Amino acid sequence: MKTTVVRGLPWGAMGRMTLRRALFAVPVIVAVTFGVFAIAEASPFDPVKAYAGTAGLTASQENLDQLRVNLGVDQPLVTRWWDWLTSALHGDLGDSGVMRQPVADVITERLGWSVLLAAVAFAAAVLLGTLLGVLAARRQGGWLDRAVSSLAYTLEAAPPFWLGLLAVWLFALKLGVLPAGGLTDTGSSTVSAGQVLSHLALPAAVLAVSQLPWFLLYVRQGVAEALEEDPVRGARARGLAPRTVLTGHALRSGMLPVLTLIGSRVPELITGALLVETVFSWPGIAAATVEAATSVDFPLLAALTVLATVAVLLGNLLADLLYGLADPRVGFDG
Amino acid sequence: MADLTWRATAAPRRSTRTWRVSTSAVVVGLVVLAVLVVPPLVNLDEQAVDLGAKLQPPSWAHPFGTDDVGRDLLLRCVYGLRVSLLVGVVAAVVATVIGTAVGAAAAAFGGWADRVVMRLVDLFSSVPHLLLGIFIVAMFRPGVWPVVISVGLTHWLSTARIVRAEVLSLRSRPYVDAAISGGASRWRVTVRHLVPGVLPQAGLAAVLMVPHAIWHESALSFLGLGLPTHQASLGTLVQSARGSLLAGDWWPTLFPGLFIIVPTLAIAGLAGAWRERLNPRRRSELML
Repeated sequence: MKTTVVRGLPWGAMGRMTLRRALFAVPVIVAVTFGVFAIAEASPFDPVKAYAGTAGLTASQENLDQLRVNLGVDQPLVTRWWDWLTSALHGDLGDSGVMRQPVADVITERLGWSVLLAAVAFAAAVLLGTLLGVLAARRQGGWLDRAVSSLAYTLEAAPPFWLGLLAVWLFALKLGVLPAGGLTDTGSSTVSAGQVLSHLALPAAVLAVSQLPWFLLYVRQGVAEALEEDPVRGARARGLAPRTVLTGHALRSGMLPVLTLIGSRVPELITGALLVETVFSWPGIAAATVEAATSVDFPLLAALTVLATVAVLLGNLLADLLYGLADPRVGFDG
Repeated sequence: MADLTWRATAAPRRSTRTWRVSTSAVVVGLVVLAVLVVPPLVNLDEQAVDLGAKLQPPSWAHPFGTDDVGRDLLLRCVYGLRVSLLVGVVAAVVATVIGTAVGAAAAAFGGWADRVVMRLVDLFSSVPHLLLGIFIVAMFRPGVWPVVISVGLTHWLSTARIVRAEVLSLRSRPYVDAAISGGASRWRVTVRHLVPGVLPQAGLAAVLMVPHAIWHESALSFLGLGLPTHQASLGTLVQSARGSLLAGDWWPTLFPGLFIIVPTLAIAGLAGAWRERLNPRRRSELML
C-alpha cells in the first residue's frame, strides 16, 4: 500500500483542491472575525472599563471619555472591525491585557506546546483505539467486545476535566509518580526534555482517553463491517490464518474510512485541549484562551477564536485530501 | 459526545436489549423523581454549613460524604443535577427550535435561500463550539441565561442538517405533491405536511441534545465561565471541589462526575431504542 501511495500521488489535483479551499477560507475567516466583533458589540462588555481595570472605578468621566477616543471604541462597529482586520494582516493583533504582551507573542510562545500535547495525545488515541477496536470487532458480542464498548461509551460521556482531576488525584497525590501540572518542576528555571516528558504524560494521557472512544467505536464498526465483505470472506475461504484476515484484509479496508475522518476531529481536539490544559496548567494556547475568557481579554480571545477556525479548516482540508487519496472515486473536486 | 447510542452490527439478543432499555428507563425515572420531588418535599437546606462535619468521607449518614464546609454532597448533587438538567433541557429546546426552523426553511424554500443557510451552517461548524460558547459567556458574563444562549446558539447545526434532509425527502412524497396540486400554499404545505413529518426526528435530536447540553454547561461552569459558584450545578460542584481534591479528598470530585455520566448513558439508551423504532433499517448506523 505504501509504495503505491508514494508513487502515484496526484499532486496537481491535490494542489488545486488546496488552493480552492484557501480561497474559500478567506470569506469564512473574514465572516468569523466580523461575528466575533458583532457578539462583543451586542454584549454588555465595555472595552474601556476592561482596559482601565480597577483604576476605572476612580477615574473621572473626562479621562474615561478620552480613553474611549484613544482606544477607538467610539468608532462604529464596522470601522473598528476593519481597523482590526487591516492591522491583523500586517501582523499586529493588538495587545493582550491579561498576558501583558502582544497577542502575536502569546501565540508564538504557546502554540508549540499545544501542538506537542495534541499530537502526542492524538497519536496515542489512534494507536490504542485501533488496537482495542480490532480486538472488539474480532468477536462481536463477546465479553471483550462488551467490556471495551461499554468502557468507550462511559468514557465518551465523562467530561475530560473530571477525568483529569481524578488522574491528578491518583497519579500525583496517591501514587506520587507524576507531577500534577505545569511544564517544569516549580523552582526549576530551565526547560529540559526529561521534565517536559514527565509533565506531559498525564495531560496527554487524559486528552488521549477523551479522544479514544470515538476512534475506537469507529474502528470497531469499520472492521466489523469489513469482516462481512466479500474480499474478506474470500480470504477466509482461501484458508488464510484468522490473524492475517483480520489485520491484512479487514483492518485495511475497515480503517480507510476512519483514517479519512481524523482531520475532521480538530474541533473535538480543541474542545478537549481547552479543558485538559486548564486542569493541568499546561502553558498552551488553549489554557490561554480560557484565561483570556475569564478576564475578558477581547484582543486575545478574538485572535484565538480565529486561529481555532483556521485549524478546523486545515483539518477539514486534510480530511478531504486523505479521503480523495483513500477512495479514488471521490476525487479532489470538493 | 453528541449522541451515544448503543448499537451492534448483529442485533443484540432481545433480552440484552430489553434489559438495557428498562435499566435506562429506571435511571431516567429516578433522576426525574429525585430532581422534581427531593427539593420541595425533603425539607433540607442544601446550603446549611456545618464546619464541624467538613470533608467527611462517604458514610451511612452522608452517602457521598460532605464538602469543605460540611454540606451533604448527595443533597448538593441532587440540587446540582436539578440545575444542570433544567439548563440542559432549556438549551436543548432552544437549539432544536432554531435547528428545526432553519433546516425546514432551507429545504422548503430551496434555491438561493437554501444555499445561503447551508453556507451559514458550514460557517458555524468551522468554529469549535465549546470555544464559541466560551466566547459568548465571556462577553455576556456568568449567569444562567448566557450559558443557555451559548449552548443553544452553538448546537442547532446538526438538527438543522437532519431536518433539512428529512424535509427534502418528504417533499418528494406523493401526499405532498397531492397537497400542492390541490392548491395549498407553500406556507400551508410546510406547516401542515412537512413540519409534522420531521417532528419525530427533531424530537429525537432534542432528547440526545440534553446530555450534550449538560456536558457543555458543566464544562463552562468548571472553567469558571458558567453558573456562579454559589449556585450548585454539576460543573460548579466539580469546580469548587478542586481545593479539597488537591488536599487528597476525592469524593467531592468523584460523585458530581458520576451524576453527569449515569444520566447521559441512560438518556442515550432510551434514545437509541426510540431511534430503532423510528427507522429500524438504519439500526446499524453508528452515531456519535
